[in-house]
Amino acid sequence: MNPALETRGLCKAYDGQQVVRDVALTVQSGECFGLLGPNGAGKTTTLRLCLGLTDPDAGEIRLLDHEVPRHAREARTRVGVVPQFDNLDPEFSVAENLLVYGRYFGLRDAEIAPRIPGLLEFAGLAGRAESKIRTLSGGMKRRLTLARSLVNDPQLLFMDEPTTGLDPQARHLIWERLRRLTQEGRTIVLTTHFMEEAERLCSRVAIMDGGRLIAQGAPRVLIAQHIEPQVVEVHGPELEAWMAQAKTLALRTELAGETVFCYVKDVDPVLGSLRTRPELVYLHRPANLEDLFLKLTGRDLRD
Amino acid sequence: MAVTRYMALPSLSPRFFAVWRRHFLVWKKLAAPSILGNLADPMIMLFGLGYGLGAALGDMGGTSYFAFLASGFLASTTMYAATFESLFSAFSRMHVQKTWEAIVNAPMTLDDVLAGEWVWAATKSLVAGFCVLLIVSFVGYASYPTALAAIPAILLIGLAFGALGLCVNALATGYDFFTYYMTLLLTPMMMLSGVFFPVDRLPAPILAVTRALPLYHGVELVRPLIAGRQPDGALLHVAVLAAYALVGFYLAAILTRRRLLN
Repeated sequence: MNPALETRGLCKAYDGQQVVRDVALTVQSGECFGLLGPNGAGKTTTLRLCLGLTDPDAGEIRLLDHEVPRHAREARTRVGVVPQFDNLDPEFSVAENLLVYGRYFGLRDAEIAPRIPGLLEFAGLAGRAESKIRTLSGGMKRRLTLARSLVNDPQLLFMDEPTTGLDPQARHLIWERLRRLTQEGRTIVLTTHFMEEAERLCSRVAIMDGGRLIAQGAPRVLIAQHIEPQVVEVHGPELEAWMAQAKTLALRTELAGETVFCYVKDVDPVLGSLRTRPELVYLHRPANLEDLFLKLTGRDLRD
Repeated sequence: MAVTRYMALPSLSPRFFAVWRRHFLVWKKLAAPSILGNLADPMIMLFGLGYGLGAALGDMGGTSYFAFLASGFLASTTMYAATFESLFSAFSRMHVQKTWEAIVNAPMTLDDVLAGEWVWAATKSLVAGFCVLLIVSFVGYASYPTALAAIPAILLIGLAFGALGLCVNALATGYDFFTYYMTLLLTPMMMLSGVFFPVDRLPAPILAVTRALPLYHGVELVRPLIAGRQPDGALLHVAVLAAYALVGFYLAAILTRRRLLN
């Protein structure tokens, strides 16, 4: 089967500033693919390019076997989009939002109406069909936006930071729904800067920084490739003094502000040393995608 | 490459009708107060100025001042209705509510969205103009059947000003921006287009400007039709309005693509 989405040599500049540089992505049909990167890395622009909403300066895009942007309209017929910021229609009720959005896909009202109860059920909004948008909580709006993206029964979903700004309950519910969507055989491409989210949901991720793809693969494999398996985070008084010792015990150490990160394969020597220093506070955990992300993109703030 | 894509003629698909239906559904919820406004506003203006000022002025252009003003006012009301919709309402959907952004994520193009806005602005102006026609007919100043021909003329005025409004919308930085267009262009246009007084009294250089204004051609079409006469040079008036509508829409498409497809 052809990949659901494939880009090659994708480039885009705004006002002389290169926002997307030579991006090559392959998303297999039925997988959940995460596009990770700090703010301004070019994630949203990459999604806009894939949807044919803006023209690339160079490169090729194939989305669901359609050449984009030339045949973007045909491709978008089988695509759903959850944008970064909710743009639900505030003038309409919950059900009207779904009905009106379905019409943009050329669906007849008689085709859309029977889908609405199922979509509301999926979004946990059963019984809210007649509610006004402004009476919904942030989590409910996000779920309605997710339901709206499914109104055309899409093969592929683009989600731009689907859980940003949500509380843990709402986030877990969205995660559970996204798993259900992939189980149904749909392809998901999501952007996020929650590494935990990417690790839980995505079979493969690509890390973007400064418009470039700097790593691509399964989260566990990438972590194993780039990061020592165990991490000990340490902070407390006279950290500097202990750090000299830590450097001899850990494969790699990193000082970020008032915290030392020790990356190790065998954690016992580090923990043994910490037991003799009760004034230091530490956290021992397995390496995760965030460690990888910070190693590859650095700890500097991005605005 | 990008530049040539911006310059392409608008490619219109029947999909734009879904955008029109969205706006219609919103309007339907507020139809009663909206129509009340469409009837009350011109009624207050017409009776105030038409009877009040008319008593002092006597006849104008061979008819009562009320009849003269009524047909001019019909054209300017149409102009303002299309303008408000294509400026303030369209801007809030484009920039504030991000309704356009949601629509183009579906298999819709920006051209579809614009066409929906354009035809919707003309629809709103048709409703507003038609309400004035009802009032004029009710007071007995509309001659039928020719007054019926004013209806397509109203639609044409709406398409012309809807297109111009969308050009301004594409350039707007905020709601305040529209003040320039309304105060510096539309208000003088209303004064120079024969809405309140016949233009033949204007000095020649100003009359030359008047002849280039879309509202003037709208008034010249509508006034005789309501009075029961065939307009002189109807073809020219229709052609000028149609040119404003079509060239204006093309320009609006270029400007909007430049703003949003970047």
